[in-house]
Amino acid sequence: MTAGSDVAARLAGFVAALRAHGVRVGTAETVDAARAVEALGLADRALLREGLAATLLHTTGQRQLFDAVFDLYFPRAVGAPDGEPAGREELRDRLAAALAANDTAVLGRLAVEAVDALGGYGSSPGSGGWSSYQTLERLRPQTLLAQVRDDMRARGGGAGFAGRLLEEEIRRRIEEFRGQVAAEARRRVAERRGRDEIARRAVATTADRVDFLYAGKDRLAELRRTVQPLARKLATRLAARRRRAARGTIDLRRTLRGSLSTGGVPVRPVLRRRRPARPELVLLCDVSGSVAGFSDFTMLLVQALHDQFSKVRVFAFVNRIDEVTGLLTHGVADAEGLSGRIRAEARLTGWHGSSDYGVALGEFAERYGAAVGPRTTVFVLGDARTNMADPNLPALKRIAAQARRVYWLNPEPRAQWGTGDSAAPEYAGLVEMHECRTARQLGALVGRLLPV
Amino acid sequence: MFTSVDDVSARLAETGYLASPAVATTVFLAARLGKPLLVEGPAGVGKTELAKAVAEVAGARLVRLQCYEGVDEARALYEWNHAKQLLRISAGRGESWDETRDDIFSEEFLLPRPLLTAIRGEEPTVLLIDETDKADVEMEGLLLEVLSDFQVTVPELGTVTATRRPFVVLTSNAGRELSEALRRRCLFLHIGFPEEELERRIVRLKVPGLDETLATSVVRVVGALRAMDLRKLPSVAETIDWARTLLALGADTLDETVVRDTLGVLLKHQDDVLKAAAKLDLDAV
Ligand SMILES: Nc1ncnc2c1ncn2[C@@H]1O[C@H](COP(=O)(O)OP(=O)(O)O)[C@@H](O)[C@H]1O
Ligand SMILES: [Mg+2]
Repeated sequence: MTAGSDVAARLAGFVAALRAHGVRVGTAETVDAARAVEALGLADRALLREGLAATLLHTTGQRQLFDAVFDLYFPRAVGAPDGEPAGREELRDRLAAALAANDTAVLGRLAVEAVDALGGYGSSPGSGGWSSYQTLERLRPQTLLAQVRDDMRARGGGAGFAGRLLEEEIRRRIEEFRGQVAAEARRRVAERRGRDEIARRAVATTADRVDFLYAGKDRLAELRRTVQPLARKLATRLAARRRRAARGTIDLRRTLRGSLSTGGVPVRPVLRRRRPARPELVLLCDVSGSVAGFSDFTMLLVQALHDQFSKVRVFAFVNRIDEVTGLLTHGVADAEGLSGRIRAEARLTGWHGSSDYGVALGEFAERYGAAVGPRTTVFVLGDARTNMADPNLPALKRIAAQARRVYWLNPEPRAQWGTGDSAAPEYAGLVEMHECRTARQLGALVGRLLPV
Repeated sequence: MFTSVDDVSARLAETGYLASPAVATTVFLAARLGKPLLVEGPAGVGKTELAKAVAEVAGARLVRLQCYEGVDEARALYEWNHAKQLLRISAGRGESWDETRDDIFSEEFLLPRPLLTAIRGEEPTVLLIDETDKADVEMEGLLLEVLSDFQVTVPELGTVTATRRPFVVLTSNAGRELSEALRRRCLFLHIGFPEEELERRIVRLKVPGLDETLATSVVRVVGALRAMDLRKLPSVAETIDWARTLLALGADTLDETVVRDTLGVLLKHQDDVLKAAAKLDLDAV
């Protein structure tokens, strides 16, 4: 095989892996990418990475995914590093020195060595592999923090005002090193099991396509950072829908008045500009355990959109319901602490800690019924898992009768609705229920369902 | 235009623009592949400045279309000078209407706007379409048309085709998602906040009088602020402003008082200032 066709095949595999993760790469982009490779050469991997990103990507959100896949298809090296694997203590010492010096090149090499020395498991090619988890568990880079800090202080690095930033800076370097270890472990595994498979399975997909129910802490933090951009996008979409809704009806009087200049022939229909009162929104959010990530994200998103509505009120529940609108308006600046504050400051639980939709809906209908009127659209957020308690369908029916619309957004896959203690089918019989597993789905639903 | 990526970096640096490897690579490719470059990123990271620097090193004239809400074809492409046309008609020269009409729709009465100007030029041109996200969606159709064929049809005059394609830079703060069609026409470059080392070099270049150690501290504090969950993170523009402020105040090191008194240069929202002060352990602001 010639070098040229090898590169072409590599590029094709790379593009296919990106597509499998939902990046839309067309033929024209692939051609551009090939031209970029030709213009840049293969010698400098960093340039190649930037060149391919410039030709294949169109938005910022895909970059993390792109980098992980790039590392598999254009690996920094082949095989194990040269030389005898170093021992754990030696690696830790060198890691501490590199962290103190903030030497990124050395940190990269150490990640390679660490995976080689500490990350291997099993022996047969079929079952063995390389684990970043095992590497990091054995190396424990986070425990070097104090040592590195003291070392830097001793050498004058901690002097002056910026000294107080030291710890945070070291923490970020360690975090980056962990990422490098993960990338290296993927590379080694891919050599053993084939990069196409690893690219599909081991590379985390973009945050907006991860199930809320399975998203870890980091992913949720990543998602929170997308709230503002997503809100801006949705605001544009809502404005367009509002314009469309405002068009359409012809203002007869003004059309006739306009026609006076054309001798009474109405040539230019004048469209009525409606300035309808902005709609009102009520959110009922299950904030218990596993669905909390979903509810938090949705609350933040709606809060970021609040100027699209004349009024937004938010209620949170586990098995008792309480209004949290106030907490939310002040909470946007500190999104991370939001759920903690809601759980600390609102009265959400009674006798026990598990969610009870029946009681919560009933209490809402009783205490806050006045919040819902003919201009109000209500969103219920939750998995409809009642822990075997009575779903209290009449309460939801009452709310639905008072409101303009009620939608239910359920973060569980549709296939699981009705299994176990899920009352989803019963509730879905009363109000429109949508599957809403990912931020991407949520964005699409909110853009479509929010009243304008 | 450029012989290599290093050539791009070196020549941009001569004009005072310090390019990251990503910036230099993408500019090199845009020139090589002849494609428009879409630069996206937060405000104040040097998007506009990049287009200006490219024009300067290429010895090209810079034609700038500044987008805003409501910018339209008449502002972006061309417009007829109605006032002048009316004068010409009422001045009458005793010729037939056909002759008059041919005359008033001629070059003399045309007001070319940036897009037409950039396409018609014979000389090397950098066309900067700045803050594209501020224009309405309708504008994108026009841009797409112009950027696809690099030709423009003026019904009364005929079709103008670029004899020399301009180097096109579109910028966006991502205030609105640009359409996929427009994105696909372009090479994509995201400029984020620079690495510590690059930002230190930018500060040293833009604020030459600033002490080296102080420049390092400035960049570290800004880096710490960017890791916080703030409403608006400080950009390179703010880093430079802050460095200038410190220089003007005659501060030769950072201390609690100086930082507290000048935090407002970096952060625009009062709640951000309060939050950052707490996280930086500053006493009451
Ligand atoms: N890489 C860089 N090299 C030199 N100056 C820079 C760089 N990045 C930003 N700047 C400076 O930052 C300021 C803001 O840049 P500007 O181009 O206006 O930002 P944007 O268009 O992205 O909002 C300018 O003063 C510019 O000189
Ligand atoms: Mg600008």
